[in-house]
Amino acid sequence: MSIGSGAGGAWRKPYAMATITWAYVLWSLVPVLISIQFSFNDGRSRSVWQGFSTKWYCCGGEAGSVASDQSLLLSLQNSLVLAVATVVVAVPLGTALALGLTRWRSRTSSAANAVSLFPLVTPELVLGSALYLVIVTLYTQIALGLGAMLLGHVTLSVSYVLVIVRSRLLSVGGEYEAAARDLGATRIQALGTIMLPLLSPAIFASAMVTFAGSLDDFIVSNFLFGNAEAITVPVKLYNGVRASPSPALNALSTLLLIGTFGALLGMYVIQRRRTRSSGGSALDGIAAGEL
Amino acid sequence: MAVEAETSGLRARLLYPLLALPGTAWLVALFLVPFYGILAVAFSTELNGFRQPIPMWNPLGWDFSVFLKTVDQSVNGIYRQSWEHSFVYAFLALLICVAVGYPVAYYIARLAGRRRGLLLALILMPWWINYLTRMLAWVGLLAEDGYVNDFLGWFSIGPVDFLGGHAYVVIIALAYGYLPFFIVPLYASLDRLDQSLIEASRDLGKGSARTFFYVTLPLTRVGLITAMAITALPMFGDFYTNTLVSSSPSTAMIGNAIETALAGGTTRSQGASLVLLLSFVLLFFMGYYLLMSIRASKAATR
Repeated sequence: MSIGSGAGGAWRKPYAMATITWAYVLWSLVPVLISIQFSFNDGRSRSVWQGFSTKWYCCGGEAGSVASDQSLLLSLQNSLVLAVATVVVAVPLGTALALGLTRWRSRTSSAANAVSLFPLVTPELVLGSALYLVIVTLYTQIALGLGAMLLGHVTLSVSYVLVIVRSRLLSVGGEYEAAARDLGATRIQALGTIMLPLLSPAIFASAMVTFAGSLDDFIVSNFLFGNAEAITVPVKLYNGVRASPSPALNALSTLLLIGTFGALLGMYVIQRRRTRSSGGSALDGIAAGEL
Repeated sequence: MAVEAETSGLRARLLYPLLALPGTAWLVALFLVPFYGILAVAFSTELNGFRQPIPMWNPLGWDFSVFLKTVDQSVNGIYRQSWEHSFVYAFLALLICVAVGYPVAYYIARLAGRRRGLLLALILMPWWINYLTRMLAWVGLLAEDGYVNDFLGWFSIGPVDFLGGHAYVVIIALAYGYLPFFIVPLYASLDRLDQSLIEASRDLGKGSARTFFYVTLPLTRVGLITAMAITALPMFGDFYTNTLVSSSPSTAMIGNAIETALAGGTTRSQGASLVLLLSFVLLFFMGYYLLMSIRASKAATR
């Protein structure tokens, strides 16, 4: 199987590259593991280990632990609610856009197509500041807060959903839908009963990407949160590290991590159960859709 | 019969535009209009009661004085250093990304053998870990009493004040933050590379180095530039990495200047002008990336 060693005598074993690769993997992940370790620190330090304790999560009577500090709990709740809401809005919106733009051929659709890719290439700082300026001056009926953040997060994710779903749409091709139409299904029936199930791996993949993207977003949230009631975990981490650094921040980010991987695992399991027969996993969708 | 065909044809013609309509309307209202809003704020000199700029939506009323002043300050004045930092830091961080990311992507795509799946999962993992979490992990490690200084202490070095506003820390932090997003697109393009082309080059007597520079690198050029665009775009817009690992004005980048200018309500026009300039500077990367995305979507449509 190994290409490097199997294809003739001239190929040396790539020890140097293997070393770089494993060193990179360690470099990228070990700091996060250490950060998780410090969420169980018995003292107030985020850098000196003072023994094991779960008091920064709860039950130690520690003021400022995740369970006792309302603002930390609220940020966790806001992050999760916002991520779920973003998935609920962005995935149908992006899927419909993918179906519409792929099948609808006209000059307007090519313009819409180009516009739909702009958010992918626009730095978040530009998008975040643009949304901020327009919400405080033009769309003044929208208050800064969770609603505004939802608008921002959906705008960020719609293009990803579009790209992922479209790549699956194109690899599935039009034959199944044509067959359904020949057998007497209306266009809408063919979409609902044939295309949506066929697209479901990509729809699940884009839901995963959208969910994680929303949880991860800092820039747009930081522009649009408005007041402490709507603060999300990344914004809280950013402000907390200067205002009140304590292992509670590590505990908070560990909980977010568990939430993210739990949701990913959950969606993966659901998707696998649903599409066991049709082939193609969510990971294929992500791999195909990311480019 | 004819009537039925006509109505179903009409419905068919309407179905797809109708499906595309909500998403398109959303992007017009929440992407195009806000982008125009940047122009309207940057080119406005009218102030409201709080001395905040009132956006000028009518292009005929645009006044370029604040914008031109900001351009001047970017070239000769208070913003010059932030721009220089952005260019230098992003360039050096990109170099680190290429130096580390290319071998990693190459190894996983072409040489890892049966470990490939595991390695792929491991390099995708940071995608799902919050950026702030990853950065805060380093803030703890680099602290005066943190693990890195403990380690250096064994060799009687330090303690080093890493978080006291050093350019090299910001550059390495940027590389650390964005490397995962650099490696994955590059991996995808190396993965698609046809192994037989490399073997042909080797069979024709080219060494590893020449094969790499004459075959592998040209064939993965698009992937490499795409990866650089994906990484450079957010680096230029980054202000939080800098704040977390340096928090010193001496390393401020243009993202920091923009954030400060927009947060102070009265300097919004300057902030918007800087955003405009930043978009202009990044136009090459954005344009290239957009072109590649459109080309990829067209190639797939055919």
